[in-house]
Amino acid sequence: MSEILTAPLPVEAPLDRTMILNMGPQHPSTHGVLRLVLEIDGEIVVRLTPDIGFLHTGIEKTCEAKFYQQVVPLTDRIDYLSPMANNLCYCLAVEKLLDLEIPDRAQWLRVLLSELTRLNSHLVWLGTHAMDVGALTLFLYCFREREEILRIFDCVAGQRMMTSYFRIGGLSLEPPLDFYGRVQNLLKMLPEKIDEYENLLSGNPIWIQRTQGVGLLSAADAIAFGVTGPPLRASGVDWDLRRDMPYSSYEKFQFKVPVSNGCDVWSRYIVRLEEMRESIKIAQQALDGLPEGRIKADAPKIVLPDREKMKTQMEALIHHFKIVTEGFAVPAGRVYQAIESPRGEMGYFVVSDGTAKPYRVHMRNPTFATLQALETMCVGRLLADVVAIIGSIDIVLGEIDR
Amino acid sequence: MASVTGKNAVLASHAENRAIATLQQQFPNAVLDATFDHKELTLTVAREEIVNICRAVQAAGYNFLADVTCVDGYPAHPRFQVTYHILSHALKERLRLCVPVGAADASLNSITSVWPAANFYEREVFDLFGVKFNGHPNLRRIMLPEDFGAHPLRKDFPVEGYR
Repeated sequence: MSEILTAPLPVEAPLDRTMILNMGPQHPSTHGVLRLVLEIDGEIVVRLTPDIGFLHTGIEKTCEAKFYQQVVPLTDRIDYLSPMANNLCYCLAVEKLLDLEIPDRAQWLRVLLSELTRLNSHLVWLGTHAMDVGALTLFLYCFREREEILRIFDCVAGQRMMTSYFRIGGLSLEPPLDFYGRVQNLLKMLPEKIDEYENLLSGNPIWIQRTQGVGLLSAADAIAFGVTGPPLRASGVDWDLRRDMPYSSYEKFQFKVPVSNGCDVWSRYIVRLEEMRESIKIAQQALDGLPEGRIKADAPKIVLPDREKMKTQMEALIHHFKIVTEGFAVPAGRVYQAIESPRGEMGYFVVSDGTAKPYRVHMRNPTFATLQALETMCVGRLLADVVAIIGSIDIVLGEIDR
Repeated sequence: MASVTGKNAVLASHAENRAIATLQQQFPNAVLDATFDHKELTLTVAREEIVNICRAVQAAGYNFLADVTCVDGYPAHPRFQVTYHILSHALKERLRLCVPVGAADASLNSITSVWPAANFYEREVFDLFGVKFNGHPNLRRIMLPEDFGAHPLRKDFPVEGYR
């Protein structure tokens, strides 16, 4: 213990020229409870040390005390802006351990909802990022469209944010009939809305000055710091797990991976805007080509039976009772499953010892790694740029602190 | 591909794998065990060589450190398995390195000199498991308060009730 307490704080420089400024954890532009200790020379950032952990709830430890299926609702709470991405990643990891075959219909619905999640997350990012930099109008525009996506989540999962809709072995329920019409209306409406956002921002001289050439991060630095997702692609690295290491039948969809060589806040904005347009295309393909069939795998000992069967068939009732009270055993082993979440590579490392509770669940969350690159992006820039740069890496403290 | 266990069987059946070829050539004695399961390659390597091994696989094309974490096998010996997930953008391939670390001297060398990305991850493992990383530039707790006094992801730390 003693050595922990005596370890020097990184920001303990002689204060003849510079001063220490504490930013957060209650600063509105840090999108949660991020605390930054800044060493500044006038208004220029000399050093920046992120201090995290204010939202640490020990989710990884909690997972070890739950049945496999009980972990799904916990995963929503990690990255509360993209719950379906977390659900998907965890379910894929456990399904890999179980060697479960997921029906096509469930996989395509998962793709469709993952892309809606990406749109949802990017809309929040765009609105708050623009608001941080001073473009207040856009926030209301983005939240107007996000509201419709949340309503779709509500109609499909019965919950707006903590959806827990993906289950190990498929989906929890068949979507209601009005779901398809609502998604179609949304997908038809969104492209022109995105043009509208672009009209508001891309030609705006203030927006251009606040973002272009700010927060430079080279491709080599991005890889060294473990940066993934849109910030990595905005640094010119053409890497997207959906295309390069496909999961959940993403290989059957046609889409482009937007890449930019600008390495700055502006390129991250452009990359995410383009990504939203591609997400609409993927979601449209999933909706148009949605296969018929079941939404749950044929594994009665793992997947809960339909309510109707549970109430009429003895065997289904027994399975239901066993799964709910005892869980299901997962063969011993360990897997690492990664997906392209809205923020980058999200990975779940699940270790099983052959019982009904996971032995260890570890989440690799994209912004935890991206945060390490923040100092490189901010040093030498003005204090006000720190706010723009934090916005551009799209942090969610829930997934950093877990 | 079916799962393969046992060092010699994996090394023989995946001899063309870039990581295995590199390690066989440069550190023939450092690979303690190997598994190929769920299409994922796991190499258990010696604690002393972890930095050199990381440098070697980085040079072999595994350019991206995705994750560092730890599994507590209490009461097994050696107790901890520090686990590295490494990705190759060019090969589109993942590699998992496991380093067994005993409870008596729970420490190993930091790989922050190879991948700066390991910085936060090693701090997290130190914070939650109490495994120390020698040569880490700033080995302090990252999630918990500095005076927390325990390492909660260890298996002997209770989930509920009082400590």
